[in-house]
Amino acid sequence: MSVKTSVTTVIKGARILGGEPADILIDGGVIAAVGPDLTGDETVEAAGLVALPGLVDLHTHLREPGREDAETVESGTRAAALGGFTAVHAMANTSPVADTAGVVEQVWRLGLAAGHCDVQPVGAVTEGLGGERLAELGAMADSAARVRVFSDDGKCVSDAVLMRRALEYVKAFDGVVAQHAQEPRLTAGAQMNEGAVSGRLGLTGWPAVAEEAVIARDCLLAAHVGSRLHVCHVSTAGSVEIIRWAKSKGWNVTAEVTPHHLLLTDDLVEDSPVGAYNPIYKVNPPLRTRADVEALRAALADGTIDVVATDHAPHPVEDKETEWAAAAMGMIGLETALAVVQEAMVETGLLDWAGVAERMSYAPARIGRLAGHGRPLEAGSPANITLYDPSVRAQVDPSSYASKSRNTPYEGRSLPGRVVATFLRGRATVLDGKLA
Amino acid sequence: MTDAVSRARDQIRGPAHAVLEGPDINRALIRISHEILERTKGGEDVVLLGIPTRGVHLARRLAEHIRQFEGRAVPVGSLDITMYRDDLRTKPARPLGRTDLPADGIDDRTVVLVDDVLYSGRTVRAALDALGDLGRPRAVQLAALVDRGHRELPIRADYVGKNLPTSKSEIVKVYLEENDGRDAVVLLKEGDK
Amino acid sequence: MRRHLISAADLSRDDALLILDTADELAKISERSIKKLPTLRGRTVVNLFFEDSTRTRISFEAAAKRLSADVINFSAKGSSVSKGESLKDTALTLEAMGADAVVIRHGASGAPHRLAGWVRGSVVNAGDGTHEHPTQALLDAFTMRRRLGSLDGRRVTIVGDVLHSRVARSNVLLLATLGAEVTLVAPPTLLPVSVGSWPCAVSYDLDAVLPKSDVVMMLRVQRERMNAAFFPTEREYSRRYGLDRDRVAKMHDDAIVMHPGPMNRGMEIAAEVADSPRSTIVEQVANGVTTRMAVLYLLLGGANLGGEDQ
Repeated sequence: MSVKTSVTTVIKGARILGGEPADILIDGGVIAAVGPDLTGDETVEAAGLVALPGLVDLHTHLREPGREDAETVESGTRAAALGGFTAVHAMANTSPVADTAGVVEQVWRLGLAAGHCDVQPVGAVTEGLGGERLAELGAMADSAARVRVFSDDGKCVSDAVLMRRALEYVKAFDGVVAQHAQEPRLTAGAQMNEGAVSGRLGLTGWPAVAEEAVIARDCLLAAHVGSRLHVCHVSTAGSVEIIRWAKSKGWNVTAEVTPHHLLLTDDLVEDSPVGAYNPIYKVNPPLRTRADVEALRAALADGTIDVVATDHAPHPVEDKETEWAAAAMGMIGLETALAVVQEAMVETGLLDWAGVAERMSYAPARIGRLAGHGRPLEAGSPANITLYDPSVRAQVDPSSYASKSRNTPYEGRSLPGRVVATFLRGRATVLDGKLA
Repeated sequence: MTDAVSRARDQIRGPAHAVLEGPDINRALIRISHEILERTKGGEDVVLLGIPTRGVHLARRLAEHIRQFEGRAVPVGSLDITMYRDDLRTKPARPLGRTDLPADGIDDRTVVLVDDVLYSGRTVRAALDALGDLGRPRAVQLAALVDRGHRELPIRADYVGKNLPTSKSEIVKVYLEENDGRDAVVLLKEGDK
Repeated sequence: MRRHLISAADLSRDDALLILDTADELAKISERSIKKLPTLRGRTVVNLFFEDSTRTRISFEAAAKRLSADVINFSAKGSSVSKGESLKDTALTLEAMGADAVVIRHGASGAPHRLAGWVRGSVVNAGDGTHEHPTQALLDAFTMRRRLGSLDGRRVTIVGDVLHSRVARSNVLLLATLGAEVTLVAPPTLLPVSVGSWPCAVSYDLDAVLPKSDVVMMLRVQRERMNAAFFPTEREYSRRYGLDRDRVAKMHDDAIVMHPGPMNRGMEIAAEVADSPRSTIVEQVANGVTTRMAVLYLLLGGANLGGEDQ
């Protein structure tokens, strides 16, 4: 646990949310003042850097317990801090599954011990992600981990009755069900987006309707029982339309999009510098078409999609250096998320830095009910701060990553920006681009 | 040599040195035809096998001459040696030429292999290997329009149109009407094209 | 020619014609008493078969042996692969053994692409999942050319389970390259949703297409598909898409019937049609060896081009 220090720190000349340069004075883990010409015991030069509220990820796979060869809470939260995150939601599909108070508390304690960022466990909706019986949602909510987000991510809660019950049940403790929308029968054996590329490559298609049908059903269920629904990793233009319609009704539906779905398309499976059928592009939900990417960007810009969430999914090399069908699905993303959002949303003029702060800090903290995160950079807020240099550009080199895994789809690609520093309640977890 | 003479020669022969012109080639082939008839006791049992590409045209011309002298047809075929070459790995895979044997085959016949230029002897070696897989001739002979020397194998021609001393840096090009629109044998220096 | 033959799309028109012309010459070899050429002496061809396909393996084996290559048959069954060895480790083993070419049959689409990234030798796709089977398309084109002459403007109808057929994918690509006009005929459930972007026409009505076809190629329909509701019953499939004597009567006199095998007699093709003079089914097998000889010769018969196209 961080030890409160009486030392004050001043961040000099940072552009808060990309605005005019100002100083930020940190005292006792809290922002004490924001303004010109502040002084403190220690100084962090931030001229030219953008100051953002510490980023919050609603969707991270830390793999511990069970797959410590792919990632641990320690390595995953290091990656998170280097990516500018001060809090991550650890998904429940571990081994054992995080479907009891015991497992979520174990993950929560591992996060505390690591100390690189706050780890907020997500609880499974159903026992063992089996999709048959509700897990003890209340026990997880009442545990030390204070679980508020419940998800069977990786699997869809496809049974309509079970989904209805889950949506209703979590209302008792202000929880939210984060649905991985994937109709299982329509995606049996599915390998990639069903379209021209899958047809040519002879890979079993993963139709957009398999996602959209579940989202439509869940929006209607959430409206019917008056509960909160969060839609994980929206990937299709059709899903965007359904969510836009649900929101227009005033229903309590939120949605996230991953950085990779904002940048990458399914034709990479056929034609990329790393060769056809390279499973580095195998991910769930699959990469879609250029039209879907455009719709997702527009939806994130207009607020139809609330949040960017990484779906950071580490896998060891041997699970990716295989034939396509045998490979694991997923990409790591914590250390490239902000860069990809800059590339896809800021450079294109779709979002300014205030918009990025809303979608990568305020909104995910609100949805996850994380009181100490996602606060504006003003006096009285917890000093969770990310300093970011958007002016640089470099080739992605995964060998330098803190994540234990290397399954990034961006290797060799040029991406903008660099996280220079991350502060968690006033304590630097990252300084000068390195773990502090 | 005076400039005037040199210019006159260039006008006649072009800049590359033509060592045989059309009439020379024709005379050489007629002579070879006669020699084949003499050495094979009237061309009985002879099969002419040209090595693609130009060897095939030469074989056909020889057969035509023999037909004119003797009044009977000599079987002609082609024998592609690509798959038997010993230098396949020096270049990308080559397209195959045609192998067409006369209907009666080559068993117990006198096969006269016909090629345009005899040089290292490796083509002929490959042709002998190819023949061995196709049948068992009674004898195999070799006719070449030009023998330019520099043998690398113990092989010699039975019939030669012209012995042409060359240096290894020179290139001997054979042009034939059927393929190139004119008859000529030209000696090029390295770098000429 | 590129270093590998993984997709029919890798072949330009000139490449494809070179292979077919080479096969024409090599066809004569099988008529000789000595059916062997010394061309690939000292070269090693590995047949790496992760699926049982005796006919394809034997065809490649005969082709390689007729060119004097050393042939190693590596069957996944009973090998370290069945004990969980990865494709990559298998590839590295083959690499260490000095394979000049790897002929791979694999149940996963794209496995040959992956293999090509891990070995220095040439990779020949002998069928990958539901993706492609380019040497089958070449031998089919070779067979068509022998029966019909040039394929330019020829109308080829491919009937059956296009969705799951590697033969159909390779044939559509190669035949388009060679100038033929391809029509796919299948129940809509057995066509990819994106088939409209393929270089061919699509019809659901076999009877309408037959009179205009120079070639009718029937694809094998697996009975398992019925259980996954791709079509209701065998009887209905056969009635709508099977090639029987009445349908053959609608074809013009010179039109031919092809099938890549193995056939379901009585399902997609009637026995009397399979055995009729129009049928090229037996020729296709013989032509397979010849065509694969041409492919192996053109990939391995020249200088090792290193990784120039990778």
